[in-house]
Amino acid sequence: MQTVAMHVPDGFLNIPVSLAAYAAAAVVLGVAVVKARSELDDRTAPLAGLTAVFIFAAQMLNFPVAAGTSGHLLGGALAAILVGPWVAILVVTVVLTVQALLFADGGLTALGINIVNMAIVTAVVGWLVFRLGVRFIKTPKGAAVLAGVAAFLSVPASAMAFVAEYSLGGTAPVSLAAVATAMGGVHILIGIGEAVITGLVVAAVLASRPDIVAGVQDTPLARPVPKPQPVSA
Amino acid sequence: MKRLLIGGALVAVVLAAVVSFYASSAPDGLNKVAEDHGIVEQDSAAAGSPLADYSVNGLSNDRLSNATAGLVGLAVTAAAGFGLFYIVKGRQN
Repeated sequence: MQTVAMHVPDGFLNIPVSLAAYAAAAVVLGVAVVKARSELDDRTAPLAGLTAVFIFAAQMLNFPVAAGTSGHLLGGALAAILVGPWVAILVVTVVLTVQALLFADGGLTALGINIVNMAIVTAVVGWLVFRLGVRFIKTPKGAAVLAGVAAFLSVPASAMAFVAEYSLGGTAPVSLAAVATAMGGVHILIGIGEAVITGLVVAAVLASRPDIVAGVQDTPLARPVPKPQPVSA
Repeated sequence: MKRLLIGGALVAVVLAAVVSFYASSAPDGLNKVAEDHGIVEQDSAAAGSPLADYSVNGLSNDRLSNATAGLVGLAVTAAAGFGLFYIVKGRQN
């Protein structure tokens, strides 16, 4: 049985672009480690570890999106909303590295590309959209819907990052417009799945520990839901 | 936090070990586009891994093979993830 994943395999992009992506990823990961040092504490470090485990599991679940095509969670937006963008980049990078080394899921030469597209782009887009919108959100349900919107947008953004890389270092002489259209179309469908999963998970974590969800920090949503007081006679 | 961690871990185990067996095996968006446009992939240098493609090399029971690969992946991800974040966090707290 073969699980086919949305990771870029080796051979799609040439060596210079693959190496440039490694370099860009290395710089961002370096900054992420420094930022994460101040963002992680005894409460958020376990949530970051759990998020990596959950994303690994969820990425095994390819869901059908159209005839003969599937997709799975990318998870960068979800991770960013739960643990903040810098830690999220590290979370998804851990998952991508395990997948590339152990499961040959995504190329080794292409690992830098996959970190850029699936860890960095998704986390940044997901975080920015969620934080821009969260000031208008009053309820945990609203926050879950907003998380879905942020997650939805992160998927075509990631697909377009691939198209940009392909325009610089694609290995087959294909029409860029055709690739862009096909990638955009199918990833809008995959984004719907991303939105549903992300919304459900953010709703579950907000119901359990709203105080540690990075995306709602500095908003009234971060306060634990007060228990209804018994009416005294 | 303990409840969230245990609950989340249980969900991940069920997804990776059981539900993943029923995942779509159709090519994903990226691979479909590549197939349609004649973009050819090369084998990863890790293609010889005993766990390549989320199956255990030599294990003929698909269900068991898939579940084992999923659980090993979860364990390695957990070790790498929790390990990394505890190290990065440091002892300042």
